[in-house]
Amino acid sequence: MAELSYWQAILRAHDEEMARDPLVFAMGEDIGVAGGTYKATTGLYAKYGEKRVMDTPISENSYTGIGVGAAMLGCRPIVEIMSVNFAWLAMDQLMNNAAKIHYMSGGRIRCPLVLRLPGGTAHQLGAQHSARMEKVFMGVPGLRVVTPSSPRDAYGLLKSAVRCDDPVVIIEHEAMYNLKGEVPDDEHFTPLEGSEVVRPGKDLTLFAYNISVHWALAAAERLAKEQGVEAEVVDLRALKPLDRTGIAASVRKTHRAIVVEEDEAAVGVGAEVIAILNEECFFELDAAPVRVHARDVPTPYNRRLEKASIPNADDVVAAARKLLGR
Amino acid sequence: MDRDTIRTMLRDMLRARAFEEAAAQAYAQGEIAGFLHLYPGEEAVAVGVLHAAEPGDYVVSTYREHVHALVRGIPAAAIFAELLGKKTGVSGGMGGSMHLFDRERRFLGGYAIVGETFPIALGAAYAVAYRQLPEAVLCFFGDGAVNQGTFHESLNMAALWRLPILFVCENNRYQIGTEIHRHSAVTEIYKRACGYGIPAEKVDGMDVLAVHEATRRALARVRAGEGPQFLEMETYRFRGHSMADPGSYRPTVEVQAYEANDPIAATLRGVEFHYPSADELGSGHDCIQGFCDHCCQEGHLDEAALARLRQEVADEIAAARDFARQSPAPSMDDAWAALLRNRRYDRLFEEQAP
Ligand SMILES: Cc1ncc(C[n+]2csc(CCOP(=O)(O)OP(=O)(O)O)c2C)c(N)n1
Ligand SMILES: [Mg+2]
Repeated sequence: MAELSYWQAILRAHDEEMARDPLVFAMGEDIGVAGGTYKATTGLYAKYGEKRVMDTPISENSYTGIGVGAAMLGCRPIVEIMSVNFAWLAMDQLMNNAAKIHYMSGGRIRCPLVLRLPGGTAHQLGAQHSARMEKVFMGVPGLRVVTPSSPRDAYGLLKSAVRCDDPVVIIEHEAMYNLKGEVPDDEHFTPLEGSEVVRPGKDLTLFAYNISVHWALAAAERLAKEQGVEAEVVDLRALKPLDRTGIAASVRKTHRAIVVEEDEAAVGVGAEVIAILNEECFFELDAAPVRVHARDVPTPYNRRLEKASIPNADDVVAAARKLLGR
Repeated sequence: MDRDTIRTMLRDMLRARAFEEAAAQAYAQGEIAGFLHLYPGEEAVAVGVLHAAEPGDYVVSTYREHVHALVRGIPAAAIFAELLGKKTGVSGGMGGSMHLFDRERRFLGGYAIVGETFPIALGAAYAVAYRQLPEAVLCFFGDGAVNQGTFHESLNMAALWRLPILFVCENNRYQIGTEIHRHSAVTEIYKRACGYGIPAEKVDGMDVLAVHEATRRALARVRAGEGPQFLEMETYRFRGHSMADPGSYRPTVEVQAYEANDPIAATLRGVEFHYPSADELGSGHDCIQGFCDHCCQEGHLDEAALARLRQEVADEIAAARDFARQSPAPSMDDAWAALLRNRRYDRLFEEQAP
């Protein structure tokens, strides 16, 4: 078992898949000669050459579309959009084409595109560079959406995504590329569906994904120490499709739920999870489920306000105490 | 050109350099975070263009916009305070380095998404034409931006509707780490404008007088109702793309060649790109040093006057930085107020109340 950082884990998955299958290629801005904004493609240009590690112009919609077209002909493109904020520009190709071609062709033409998106609020990048967009992709039939919270999953999800015949959107996090964690040495695949209990507990469930898993884990630790509360932490990991069974199973055990998300609440992951709870196990709930989420404001530039606009472990602890009446 | 204009242009170039160097220092000391894109090396472009424009003209810029804002007349202190995220900043601390806005000075913004500025500038030009106003719109963008679809869509509509807009491409040959020959099939960017029937010209963007003259002519055509005009400014950034980028993908010899802004610039201008060799490196100067020498030679100013000017500029920038440091931070209430403040709408109902 090796300790890898998030970016190294992504790099390893690229490397293994490109070595295995000559139809796998990578494309994106500054991923080749410069090695990628977050280093996730470092060295691949030297190893595989320009044809397979292509630096693109600033033409997001079109090179995402190139990924779509090439995937239709059997290639396995891994397209990186430098920051999720620029994925807004690629929406036409993603929503109208990648997601729908298999369907519109009556299931006759596949579109195995992988789209990698560094997302989230990093450090004072301002209102146009701090978006969380998972809610947007989650609303589109025909896409799969996954989001790794650890190097192990960053590796395993990319591996599975490349092998999957559906278009897969992987939302990474700009503040996690240097996060270190154990990644098994043997090749392995993380499922594109299903959640994972990353910390078992019996008093309440904290549902989280991507960076918010770390806030939930920190909060669970404090709740155990300070309150004697055993919080279960569930890493949702796959946002489309969401794991209905796993979500309900945890709440059948704990009877209380909090969803922790970095994004604003409206039309978001928390809303979906709570709808699932209502549909699957309403009568198991001992209290109304709660969302811990970002403020409904574009991310402010000022550091203190930026932090204040995004939730953290303290907010999760406070919400848990309120929910439990302590 | 009259002496006053020459002197103010020199002063503005020095202010621009001093401002950016102070910002770099503040970043290194942890006072500024986030992306900080600096302008050293490119000063002749913003200064030459904006001094040839009228104060009433509208400006749309990118994330590398501190100097456009400064030369437009936004006080250095208000820009610096914005970089520090302060309430006294020109955008109240909500925008930051990449999002400077100033309504009074018709500075329509710094924008962080490459290519999104073309339609905005076009919209401003549309409004100017629609309201039959005398102004022009200046749209600044980089060489990397011309591969976004909005560029082509906007050039077409600008030409089709003869809108009063001047496109100013700051061609510094790089799209972050990707050199122009690896991002563009046609590297002489002005030629792309010709495809839409827009008069276009390539200008030595290291020569402020050349920039000023080309802009003056282009704006005269805009104001004469001849429609959009296009200038490609050949320039170079001395620093990395942003403070987070050491710029190590660029050969040292290339950086030095541009820093020396010497006759080699001419050899670099060919369609075939080649890195300058060591003996092509001249002993010249960057655009600011070159212009200082020019001003002294032409008798606009002597060494003592130049030293005084430098001192005044240094004092101004130091004061701006102090002001920024001492300014208060905005509150969350300020953020809410910036988000949804709409008096006209509120009044609509007040007036109707019985
Ligand atoms: C739509 C979009 N894609 C990518 C980026 C990331 N990015 C920021 S600046 C930049 C390079 C722009 O180069 P250029 O237009 O030449 O301007 P310069 O920075 O050289 O002044 C890129 C790729 C972005 N901000 N927006
Ligand atoms: Mg450039």
